Amino acid sequence: MTVETWTIILILLTFALYTYIGWASRVKDTKGFYVAGQGVPAIANGAATAADWMSAASFISMAGLISFMGFDGTVYLMGWTGGYVLLALLLAPYLRKFGRYTVPDFIGDRYYSKYARAVAAVATIFISLTYVAGQMRGVGIVFSRYLQVDITIGVIIGSVIVAFFAVMGGMKGITWTQVAQYFVLILAYLVPAIAISNMLTGIPIPQIGLTFTDIASRLSQIQVDLGLGEYLSPFQSLSALNVFAITVSLMVGTAGLPHVITRFYTVPSVRAARYSAGWALLFIALLYTTAPAIGVFAKYNLIQSLNAKPVAEVMQVDWVAKWAGTGLLKLEDKNNDGLLTFAKDVKINEVTIDKDIIVLSTPEVAKLAPFIIALVAAGGMAAALSTAAGLLLSMSSAVSHDLYYRIFKPNATDAQRLIVGRSMVLVAVFAAAWFGIHPPGFVGEVVAFAFGLAAASLFPVILLGIFDPRMNKEGAISGMLVGLIFTLLMIVLMKSQPILGTAQPLLKDFFGFNAQGIGMVGSALNFIVSFVVSRITPAPPLEIQDLVRDIRTPRGASETIAH
Amino acid sequence: MDESRMKEYWNKNIRLIVTLLIVWASVSLVAGIILAKPLFTIHIGGLPLSFWFAQQGSIIVFVLLIFIYAWRMDRLDKEYDVEEYKMTKSAGKGVGK
Repeated sequence: MTVETWTIILILLTFALYTYIGWASRVKDTKGFYVAGQGVPAIANGAATAADWMSAASFISMAGLISFMGFDGTVYLMGWTGGYVLLALLLAPYLRKFGRYTVPDFIGDRYYSKYARAVAAVATIFISLTYVAGQMRGVGIVFSRYLQVDITIGVIIGSVIVAFFAVMGGMKGITWTQVAQYFVLILAYLVPAIAISNMLTGIPIPQIGLTFTDIASRLSQIQVDLGLGEYLSPFQSLSALNVFAITVSLMVGTAGLPHVITRFYTVPSVRAARYSAGWALLFIALLYTTAPAIGVFAKYNLIQSLNAKPVAEVMQVDWVAKWAGTGLLKLEDKNNDGLLTFAKDVKINEVTIDKDIIVLSTPEVAKLAPFIIALVAAGGMAAALSTAAGLLLSMSSAVSHDLYYRIFKPNATDAQRLIVGRSMVLVAVFAAAWFGIHPPGFVGEVVAFAFGLAAASLFPVILLGIFDPRMNKEGAISGMLVGLIFTLLMIVLMKSQPILGTAQPLLKDFFGFNAQGIGMVGSALNFIVSFVVSRITPAPPLEIQDLVRDIRTPRGASETIAH
Repeated sequence: MDESRMKEYWNKNIRLIVTLLIVWASVSLVAGIILAKPLFTIHIGGLPLSFWFAQQGSIIVFVLLIFIYAWRMDRLDKEYDVEEYKMTKSAGKGVGK
């Protein structure tokens, strides 16, 4: 059977599985809809969190990105995993004890203010919307690349599937579907990685192959010989300050992302929240420690197979011809010597590699069966769908729970709230699909927004809300606003080319910090402003100080009945 | 639980969190970024030590840190008798007072 046939079969099979799970876990009440009835076991929640977290970008692009950044690619590796330690130690257990439905719920109750709740809800919607647009695009790309259907049709099919299990099952449907999606995506990632590791290093475990053989230093040496820059040396593509700032921003931003935090409301106890963060990171680490190995292996292999080889001979190789056909691999013999040359200078360089090809071509390079190649397509699809679903629910609950129920219509019945919740998921799917079909030119650029804003707005006020009983609404609201506005302004000024259409960025950097790293500064500002303002304004009411004391111990969490 | 026991429990929790976060920062921000150049000359297997911490070691330590925290907190909760009881309804009364 051909790759296309296998791809269609596997995608249909996995879709049928997701749909079945969505149907089997449909819900009838708001507690099931928003927090899966708080009945998800720690390991299952860990797998669901991992699938929710790892997007099409983690799956398809990250290894490639790292292989081009070398050492500095660590900003993504440490940044997108280190945040889970902050989450597990500083936020998750206490938020679970608090035991409501959403992040704005905590901020609104802890700071006894509708205004604080509204600011948090708006931040949640904004963060999730920028994030989800890229996901729907990812779904479309997987469809078009593997099944040769139009991106628009791909996005529509993907949206219908996500809408189905999110509307039917809410958080419960999403969670159990994500557990299945995790296993599809990790299998699809590890099988080719193991094969290529075995082929190049003789060791089937990629992490060990990378660490205990000299393949990385050989790649580094080849790169030096070709003038491509040393692979293993730090700070070749980013300054040390920016590597530090981006890593911190991504860590803190991860811990402040609403769709990740909400996951810890779905487990049955505080203890389960602590363990579930560990399981989540273990599941994530399986992919995140494999990615740098794939990056090294695939790049080494690509250079070895192509550099100084006759063009005619190289084009005979199946996978070269195939990927050259997609435009992801460009081979042009600029000096007409019949041989391919790698070089840093674009005028001399004859091989242009798209970062996505690093993961996508691995199974073919490692000569795996068409079945495995199709599995990678299903894995990429699982990664995109699971992340999109989590984000959609996060957005819709910010609107239907925090804005509609808690602020505008506190006397709504459970049935009414469920209808509003479900319709909001549909609205969010339409919005996401629209962005997927008509991506604004700056989608890639504004991902920095999501992390920067989460780091600068939500993380500091949640942390202070738990650990500082003296923190009051005046401090929290001014901190959130200062962090949010500062970060937004800085990103817009530094990314003004794609966002505002200026010829040059209006601001090159902020004392050396670039747009991706500015979240660290915004977060620090938020902490300082909240602290100072809270100490010169009245202490919070006694019942709030009691609430802060109450969330410090696990006892009674299983009985916290929301509202 | 009385006020002083509660304070003791919380202080022990904070001390544990701070210790683990020091390790967290040492394997990532310190070993992988601040000391990236000096640790580059030391090797683990075929990789410079700072590269290994930045792209492998830190992530492995992160996972361990979370499980160590969950495990130590299980013991602390038991010691101060603040674990949750799932089955008995009356156990949740008088929380943290």
